[in-house]
Amino acid sequence: MNNMKRRTFLKGTLAGSVLAVAAGSGLLRPTEVLAAEWPKGGFEAKSMDDALNALFGSSTTADNGAIEIKAPNQAENGAVVPIAVDASKISGVEGVAILVEKNPSPLAASVMTPGAAGFLSVRVKMGKTSPVVAVVKAGGKLHSAKKTVKVTVGGCGG
Amino acid sequence: MARTTKIKARSKGGATEILVLVSHPMETGQRVDKKTKKKVPAHFIQKMTFKLNGKEFADANLGPAVSKNPVVGVRVSNAKKGDKVSVRWSDNMGESGDATTTV
Repeated sequence: MNNMKRRTFLKGTLAGSVLAVAAGSGLLRPTEVLAAEWPKGGFEAKSMDDALNALFGSSTTADNGAIEIKAPNQAENGAVVPIAVDASKISGVEGVAILVEKNPSPLAASVMTPGAAGFLSVRVKMGKTSPVVAVVKAGGKLHSAKKTVKVTVGGCGG
Repeated sequence: MARTTKIKARSKGGATEILVLVSHPMETGQRVDKKTKKKVPAHFIQKMTFKLNGKEFADANLGPAVSKNPVVGVRVSNAKKGDKVSVRWSDNMGESGDATTTV
């Protein structure tokens, strides 16, 4: 009887420790994301695909009409182009990135949102007329939307 | 150098929008100084972390393509009136700043 109890006790602790490990790794992931260093590779990347690979680990995106990009059709001053990405219609958004396709380094800004709604607004510099691409990571997949902004005076260099 | 950081929270359609304004040059490292003909070294904000009641909810990465004196906005859905929202930023030259406000 005593022996039996010890067996169940051992089993219990074993199962318990496995659970603890699983929970530990599950809990670790968000903190890793939070503590993540500034993604240097993503910002230095010269192409959209490289930037997305460095940032999200994948460059395959699917067009999604639920992402809303608020940007002017035409920007007179390329140094200050207000851009807002609203992905609140998508659930489980993990990250939002704004890329300017024809900038020397396309990635402009990104946000990892463990507890926030899928929204990001920044003012970016644009070298010339280019599509602005919003990439939203949700449920392990990348969704994207595009809007072209015409630039009359470039905002890179001086 | 002291830089001012302003933070503002306003509710918008069920969510709370947090706007942060930092007075910062955001140099890309590509610009050439007209007098010295030398490139102006890059100097830009890299990280911005947003906290709600001390708990981090958004972690923004900015690149040199963000305009100078950047205004960054994020939204949080579960903020209540009276909640504390704070932001902390740091740049590539080790400067940093923070600001706090209540919803």
